[in-house]
Amino acid sequence: MAKGRVAIVVERCKACGFCVEFCPTKVLELSSAFNSKGYHPPHVVAPEKCSGCDLCGMYCPDFAIYGYRNQEPKPEVKNEG
Amino acid sequence: MSTLISPVINPVEPFLRDDRMPHIWCPGCGIGTTVNCFARALIESKIDLNSLAIVSGIGCTGRVAGYVKLDSFHTTHGRAIPFATGLKLANPKLNVVVYSGDGDLSAIGGNHLIHAARRNIDLKVICVNNLIYAMTGGQTAPTTPDHAITSTSPYGTFEPAFNLPHLVEASGAVYVARWTTFHVRQLARSISEAFQKKGFSFIEVISPCPTLYQRRNKLGDGLDTMKYYKEKSKTKNGAPTSEVGLTMSGEIIVGKFVDRDRPDYSELLKAQMQASLGDRYVDYETCATEYGDGGCAEDSCH
Amino acid sequence: MKADPHGVLTGTHFMDGDHACCEGALAAGARFASGYPITPSTEVVERFAQRVPTVGGSFIQMEDELAASITLQGAVWGGAKAFTVTSGPGFSLMMEHIGYAAMTETPCVFVDVQRGGPSTGLPTLPAQSDMMQARWGSHGDYEIIALCPNSPQECFDLTIKAFNLAEEFRVPVMFMMDEVVGHMTEKVVIPPADEIEVTPRKHTRKSVDEFLPYATNGDQVPEMAHAGEGYRFHVTGLTHDERGYPNMTPATQQKLVNRLLSKVRNAADRIALYEEEATADADVVVVSYGITSRVAQRAIDMARDRGLKVGKLRLITVWPFPENKIRALAARTKAFVVPELNLGQMVREVERASGGKARTIHVPHAGGSVHRPEDILAAIQEAVR
Repeated sequence: MAKGRVAIVVERCKACGFCVEFCPTKVLELSSAFNSKGYHPPHVVAPEKCSGCDLCGMYCPDFAIYGYRNQEPKPEVKNEG
Repeated sequence: MSTLISPVINPVEPFLRDDRMPHIWCPGCGIGTTVNCFARALIESKIDLNSLAIVSGIGCTGRVAGYVKLDSFHTTHGRAIPFATGLKLANPKLNVVVYSGDGDLSAIGGNHLIHAARRNIDLKVICVNNLIYAMTGGQTAPTTPDHAITSTSPYGTFEPAFNLPHLVEASGAVYVARWTTFHVRQLARSISEAFQKKGFSFIEVISPCPTLYQRRNKLGDGLDTMKYYKEKSKTKNGAPTSEVGLTMSGEIIVGKFVDRDRPDYSELLKAQMQASLGDRYVDYETCATEYGDGGCAEDSCH
Repeated sequence: MKADPHGVLTGTHFMDGDHACCEGALAAGARFASGYPITPSTEVVERFAQRVPTVGGSFIQMEDELAASITLQGAVWGGAKAFTVTSGPGFSLMMEHIGYAAMTETPCVFVDVQRGGPSTGLPTLPAQSDMMQARWGSHGDYEIIALCPNSPQECFDLTIKAFNLAEEFRVPVMFMMDEVVGHMTEKVVIPPADEIEVTPRKHTRKSVDEFLPYATNGDQVPEMAHAGEGYRFHVTGLTHDERGYPNMTPATQQKLVNRLLSKVRNAADRIALYEEEATADADVVVVSYGITSRVAQRAIDMARDRGLKVGKLRLITVWPFPENKIRALAARTKAFVVPELNLGQMVREVERASGGKARTIHVPHAGGSVHRPEDILAAIQEAVR
């Protein structure tokens, strides 16, 4: 199991490409899908390489993505994106 | 807005006014990135968010105040610093952050910038420098590098640009750092360090404005600019600020340039008053607390 | 609520208007001033700088009036009652921030000790030529309240009134003095603190979840909170909704700006303060304010000695303009005589409000000294002809 996971808030994304470029382990690529604004949000192409470092989250100017380290299962927290 | 179910929330999320998302900043603009760093610094420094106030001016960066879930004040163009000064003097317990852009802080706000630094008012100033007046359509700023094309310099600028770290150091700031939006971890760390300092702290963040500055100067998009930051930045902590001026495509010196100790405005005020008045001096902090609680509202103060 | 005794210099004093204004501010509970030196107002803050460290509070001399006029607003949002002091050229610089105070509903007081203008003009000599500017000086539609003292005693009493009105209506209040009132020295009686009524800040009692910074609950004036109390509210000069969030639509603009006006206009009759004497059967009513009213009194006495039936209306609140009063008087008098230390400002309001029902005779003066009573008398005699 990968050390980390990424959560993507598709509707906020503006496809700037920062997360794709600066992920240290190249977990992400811009997808061919569209969000409702017409942008291509990123998607995870190499999940096993994710360390949960959250650099993507720090770079994202649109608060549309973040990474976290996998830990023991926590109670599910629903959050609006 | 999509619903996300995950075990962890984005660390920046509790700091955002949900009901105002999405924000107005362009694709590839770096302001949002600086907000992530600001949020991380707040978490790291364990700042009491109820004792934090954020003051901004006018411009794209000025919109930060409206998006963060803190006591926030979106003031007039160039005057965030004097407003913040009043806030801090009336309630010294507040941690007051000024979050504004290069045009707002160094052009129309320039006088206030240098005086607050001179006085060493305890403010943490985050200056997002995108080298342009972005909100109003890309006019020349005092920080716009030589020969850049802007809407008010359609044939290229020729005015020498401000070197902001040098300006604020000379004016008396106790903490001066510059990073770019590429240097996310360093920026978060600098903001945290500024929270530990007493006195005037100034952190400049070079950021892309892909829609106006980069586009008009054929410098690519936000991502191209971030790659440029990565490639051409050189970290030189402690570098002499006179040597950190910027050019359009040249080297960007980043780092923590100044970290010194000087008594801040409040300390100086108290020392002077105590020396002159002795016991007769009534420290404002007592008064401010009682009134600020709202407890003073109905009864006579003291 | 009663005044905080720490700020009240109870006693009988011999002081000038500038100094009395400072004492009025302290008595009203002001514990913050930001200023910039400008003749003939500087003494107000000089005294404040001297008094406040022993009363409790802050004074800061800022780098310019642009800063002074917004620093005081930061202090208000930090919990203090605050003011600044200036004269013509500085008043002009402060206009943007007077508008900001009106838009964000920041309760505060701006003191303008008027001097000859325009531009640098006559720094040490009187005028009353900022009266229209007090009302219209900033851009956009907004209402302010303006008061005009005519003696050092009134500089004390009415400054307290100014702060009280500011808190009640959450507006910037213009305290329109002039160089003569500011620099004349007269007896000023300062009562004990428990005889001074002070209006407290309209602070919310709502919980953090319920509080909306610009919601009104039927009353036209919202409750407010201060920074650092956990409310996490947003204040902006942009057109905003009840949450304080920018909402730049015509509908929000209509609602907000109309309320900013109506909260004052609907209370105009209640706010109006004036001194009225012998107007019931007067052939002419002399309408004046500030220092000119002292000279006008002399002229009125001289006219009455000559058997003329002259009424007096001394405006104490000048804005909102007491139109209803003028309208009522216009219906039963022949003429208004309006002496003022300017070349035609408040006379326009008198003319407008009288609706043509009475003549309006202006007694202008470009400033630099006060009127001669003879000039006002001549106008009164002209009016009754």
